[in-house]
Amino acid sequence: MTTRTLGLASLVGLAAALYFALWYAPTEQTMGNLQRVFYFHLPQAILSYLAAFLVGLGSVMYLATRNLKWDRFAYCNAELGVLFTATTLLTGMVWGRLAWNVWWAGDARLNLELILGLLYVGYLMLRSYLPEREKRARLSTVFGFLAVLDVPINYGAIYWWNTQHPKPVLGPSGGGADPQMKVAVYVSLIAFGLIYAWLYRKRSLVARLEDEVGELEAAMETA
Amino acid sequence: MKPVAAIVFKDIAIEYKNKEAFSSMLLFGLLVVVVFSFAFEGGDRRALAPGMLWVAYSFAGILGLNRSLSVEIDNDCLQGLLLAPLSRGDLYLGKVIGNLAFAVIAELVILPIFVILNNLAFDVTLLWIAGITLLGTLGFVAVGTTLSLISAQTRMKEVLLPVLQIPMTFPVILSAVQATSLVMSDDSRGISFPLSLLGIFSTVYLTASYFVFEYIVEE
Repeated sequence: MTTRTLGLASLVGLAAALYFALWYAPTEQTMGNLQRVFYFHLPQAILSYLAAFLVGLGSVMYLATRNLKWDRFAYCNAELGVLFTATTLLTGMVWGRLAWNVWWAGDARLNLELILGLLYVGYLMLRSYLPEREKRARLSTVFGFLAVLDVPINYGAIYWWNTQHPKPVLGPSGGGADPQMKVAVYVSLIAFGLIYAWLYRKRSLVARLEDEVGELEAAMETA
Repeated sequence: MKPVAAIVFKDIAIEYKNKEAFSSMLLFGLLVVVVFSFAFEGGDRRALAPGMLWVAYSFAGILGLNRSLSVEIDNDCLQGLLLAPLSRGDLYLGKVIGNLAFAVIAELVILPIFVILNNLAFDVTLLWIAGITLLGTLGFVAVGTTLSLISAQTRMKEVLLPVLQIPMTFPVILSAVQATSLVMSDDSRGISFPLSLLGIFSTVYLTASYFVFEYIVEE
């Protein structure tokens, strides 16, 4: 699939997600229309964690193969991680302001999402202060790897600390959601997955060009 | 085990001579405690105290970590250590033990002063808090030793360490605060959760750092 068709597909997916979330899914009993934020919040939260997994994968693969391709892979996914943690927090805050009457509850899961975002930012900051290409890849990879180990510990925390964040409704331990709601969630998940893939394709192309420019500049200097 | 002991002994000998890491950690930690006890004058001390204590510990800890690695980098001592016949993992463990020792000693001096300033009681809970301090600091330096060596190699040097260290050790700080406040409220029923989290964190990061340390010091 080319980048352009992926872009078109994500546009179509987003339109479909809007339709399913705003019209198709039934109105929730206690929260009313406010609950519809959830159809955008959950996929973004899942993708923000997926980004962490992919940063970890890229880091391990770079340490194993020493191919800069994997370093770029980790780097681009970390940037998307910042984006998706930010949108997760924003949609969550809009919901929380109306449902809990506070923008920010001092809740484990909220803090952990924020910390995940800060880890991505730390990773990107670290990279920007390492001008040498190989060293940047090597050190940021180690940081990326260690940061990803933090994610399961963070994620487990929801079971260890009291939380007022709603419990998972999907999956084996879920309370069972309306089938139409489930459809809306899955459509939205696919749509945001496509957007993620499209953004990744775009970003990794730019990252490859950045590396090529860097190599050419280095070659010019030595010549 | 012998090379690890040699690294630890070297660090203790250096620290015994110049006392730089220890004195800066101790003073800075005390200053944080003092500032907090003035800033929160009249507040509910028992509720605020665990948080104050761990903020002081982690700020002081970052200071000590920066010192311990910049000593090696400034005089190119790291080169010598890398040429020495020991594995990178052993080098890491040696540094962790040294850092842990200095941090814990400084923290155990801060602790009684913290108790006095906040009018808390000297009793058996202090022993518990000392234990939590040890476990929490282990997790803190397990990550910090690696991260301080990473940040020391950047253009920003020391400035970058807190940016990397604080989010990464967030579970440590949170569970240590949780455990400390449970102990202080004489209700230690739920304490096994934060304590096991601290244990898991330390184990995971000691193991992972032991293996990835060679990638950081590579020339």
